[in-house]
Amino acid sequence: MSKYSNMTFMGYRRENGRVGVRNHVVILPVDDISNAAVEAVANNVKGTLALPHAYGRLQFGEDLDLHFRTMIGTGANPNVHSVVVIGIEPGWTKRIADGIRETGKEVAEFSIEQKGDFETIRAASWAAKDFVHKATEVQREECSINELWVSTKCGESDTTTGLGSCPTVGNMYDKLLPEGITGFFGETSEITGAEHICQKRAINEEVGDRWYKMWKAYQDDVIFAHQTDDLSDSQPTKGNIEGGLTTIEEKALGNLEKIGRTSQYIDILEPAEQPKSGDGLYFMDSSSAAAECVTLMAAGGAVVHTFPTGQGNVVGNPIVPVIKITANPRTVRTMSEHVDVDVSGILRREMTIDEAGDELIDMIRRTANGRHTAAEALGHREFSMTKLYRSA
Amino acid sequence: MSNIPHLLVHEHDDNVGVVVVEGLTAGTEMFCCVTHDNSTFTLKAQEDVPIGHKIALQDFSTGDTAIKYGEDIGKIIADIPKGHHVHTHNCKTKRW
Repeated sequence: MSKYSNMTFMGYRRENGRVGVRNHVVILPVDDISNAAVEAVANNVKGTLALPHAYGRLQFGEDLDLHFRTMIGTGANPNVHSVVVIGIEPGWTKRIADGIRETGKEVAEFSIEQKGDFETIRAASWAAKDFVHKATEVQREECSINELWVSTKCGESDTTTGLGSCPTVGNMYDKLLPEGITGFFGETSEITGAEHICQKRAINEEVGDRWYKMWKAYQDDVIFAHQTDDLSDSQPTKGNIEGGLTTIEEKALGNLEKIGRTSQYIDILEPAEQPKSGDGLYFMDSSSAAAECVTLMAAGGAVVHTFPTGQGNVVGNPIVPVIKITANPRTVRTMSEHVDVDVSGILRREMTIDEAGDELIDMIRRTANGRHTAAEALGHREFSMTKLYRSA
Repeated sequence: MSNIPHLLVHEHDDNVGVVVVEGLTAGTEMFCCVTHDNSTFTLKAQEDVPIGHKIALQDFSTGDTAIKYGEDIGKIIADIPKGHHVHTHNCKTKRW
């Protein structure tokens, strides 16, 4: 037993046993051309959340699989109470609606062809209103800390992230993973430079070898296949360089501080894939672009996201609260409206990593209980689908 | 620790450290801390260096390796005297 073992929070227990920390009624478009109807429904019925996006037409193969996985995973996330799905035609609409229904939550589906926007919006608005009444009657209940699924990804990194905010997240994982939480990290491209270390952080050699193959495939199939010059203009980013990061190796070593000193990952996930190997830490093959990565991890089932930043990334997510942590005193001074956990005391040696980890754990608990994060208060709802290649 | 450090170094093997205060100016006698065990030393900054940027803890020659986190973070591509700024103008990844 540790001091974290008896920690509880007030969450929403869903039909499949998973626990959410928000209670959204989502209006989900299957495709880009259904965005207008989705937004009209969300305008008609207050307390709903529209998730417009850019894709969903003429995708195929692995890219289409990822589209479905992201749509279904987003609707299935336990932060979502119920879902109204709207698509242009009934086939793919039903596929997504049925995928979300497997959680046991209520889903209503509507397609626009042969009806038009007016009739679709009318019928979908009735369903959305019914869901809002039901969602607003659901009560939070006491849940154990081990029922939390917590993801991480950092952004606008600088040298202070490797010194302060990333080790803070790592300390949190080192303390809470042994209690049985489920964790996610990823950012395949940004492990480059520290891949030899990341491979060794797998629970065993077989998982480490699979991780390395996944990482190598990204290098060969994405980077080397598409690069037009060296990556000096992309990795580190201009913001990273402004913040003092010089090389991809330096950036990757700081990034990897997010999994702490003792945590090991137990399995590897496809983008937006939900964990199936039980409690523990998972590596999700994912973009390092902030909104895309958080969207993929939310689709994988994370209910709270921890986001270390150095220079001040402002990203949020519509269904998952994103907790911002920074150790950079200049960012605290100039962008404090975006900061949930200020760990700049680490740089002044006034705060230890252990104390910072405890502060983050406390903020995770408060956020799970319902406290809105800075990103939520500021309306940051970046929902960004990952697309693997151009459509047919 | 009574003093607030100007420069933090991750590991004893590291040959670069990170400026953690705003407005560091050339000539400052920096109070430096190795975070691994909180051991301290002093070093004179030879340039104005922004917060978050690195300073050489030793004299570097072209071809040397920059070490941070106890790991190789890239190659030195121009001579750098101790106390000077280490960044993209004089240090580069070995990857590409």
